[in-house]
Amino acid sequence: MKEILILVLSAVLVENFVLVKFLGICPFLGVSKKLKDALGMGAAVIFVMGLSSALAWLLNKYVLVSLGLEYLQTMVFILVIAVLVQFVEIVLKKLSPALYKALGIYLPLISTNCAVMGAVLLNLEKNHNFVESIVYGSSGGIGFTLALVLYAGVREKMENTDIPEMFKGFPITLIGAALISVAFFGFKGLFS
Amino acid sequence: MNSFKEFTKGLLKENPTLMLVLGTCPTLATATSASNALGMGAAATFVLLGSNIVISLLRKIIPDKVRIPAFITIIAGFVTIVQLLLKAYLPTLDRALGIYIPLIVVNCIIIARAEMFASKNKLWPSILDALGMGAGFTIALLAMGSLRELLGNGTLFGHVITANLFNPAVIMILPPGGFLAFGFIIGIANKLKKTKTEKNPCSACPLQCEKKEAIS
Repeated sequence: MKEILILVLSAVLVENFVLVKFLGICPFLGVSKKLKDALGMGAAVIFVMGLSSALAWLLNKYVLVSLGLEYLQTMVFILVIAVLVQFVEIVLKKLSPALYKALGIYLPLISTNCAVMGAVLLNLEKNHNFVESIVYGSSGGIGFTLALVLYAGVREKMENTDIPEMFKGFPITLIGAALISVAFFGFKGLFS
Repeated sequence: MNSFKEFTKGLLKENPTLMLVLGTCPTLATATSASNALGMGAAATFVLLGSNIVISLLRKIIPDKVRIPAFITIIAGFVTIVQLLLKAYLPTLDRALGIYIPLIVVNCIIIARAEMFASKNKLWPSILDALGMGAGFTIALLAMGSLRELLGNGTLFGHVITANLFNPAVIMILPPGGFLAFGFIIGIANKLKKTKTEKNPCSACPLQCEKKEAIS
């Protein structure tokens, strides 16, 4: 139980996917403008990351490794993620139209989110077992959501400030992200 | 003359990293030193070149409806080649770049060039396009990597440059420094260009909307 808790905290805070590992920067810069969008995107990412971590782990262990096809990992994982996102979209549409309406527009964006692929690859690198993989994947998603939501708040304030012309748009967003990243550095000492 | 332009447009005017702000994850994550930046740039250029060549040759065979999955499979194939080559011949670089090598597969730049250029153009322009875009990506990475290595470690390609000039600020090599350096570099590029870049990075990346279309 203690190991799982440490895994969650380290994925959410200490090794935050966006601010420390630089995974999922594209949606971070694009979707973190409004709080509501940030939450919707975050929920969709948590869901898909947990699910794809589980599926990729099973496929890797029982198909790729047992057949000696480890070199196909990259190709299999990206296809699994693309198929999974598509599948989730179809299922949600049928089973829960309300949830689909809330998450629907964010789902197609996810298959190109490197955080999802990153979680799958990191699970592999760290030799996580099945349960750990799911926990790590979904807490990575929670970390992503946390960064997105935190920064959406900052950006809503930034709209009204007077920024030098050359720094408008991306540059100021990135420099602001640098400051939040420094803040997350404070969590480094959490487990030492 | 015309084909020369296909090459040079990627260097500055349509620089994938600085102007279109694509492929930000590897730019921030791997460009902690000049040599890592060069390695990542070369790996991505190789994948880009391979995928552009194959996609350009197959552009009349791949059915329009499944083109995005087909592109992704082709790209994943080349990424696997790079992974295996690096593991065999440059194990130190392979360890330094870690999971960001397989993550080339989700790099927007590569799929964007496949979708926007290689699937519509003949072989020769596609090769030039890939080389130009790859060079542009490498230049941006190298600028980031050199800046961070110089300020954060006082070295360049591992050679000591600023022996006693200043105390290196380690923060530049750590994640916050990546955001900071990238922000300033894009700011300077904006100043040079004197026009604002697109506001939304995902609007600059054609994949998502195209993908949405292709899937539905």
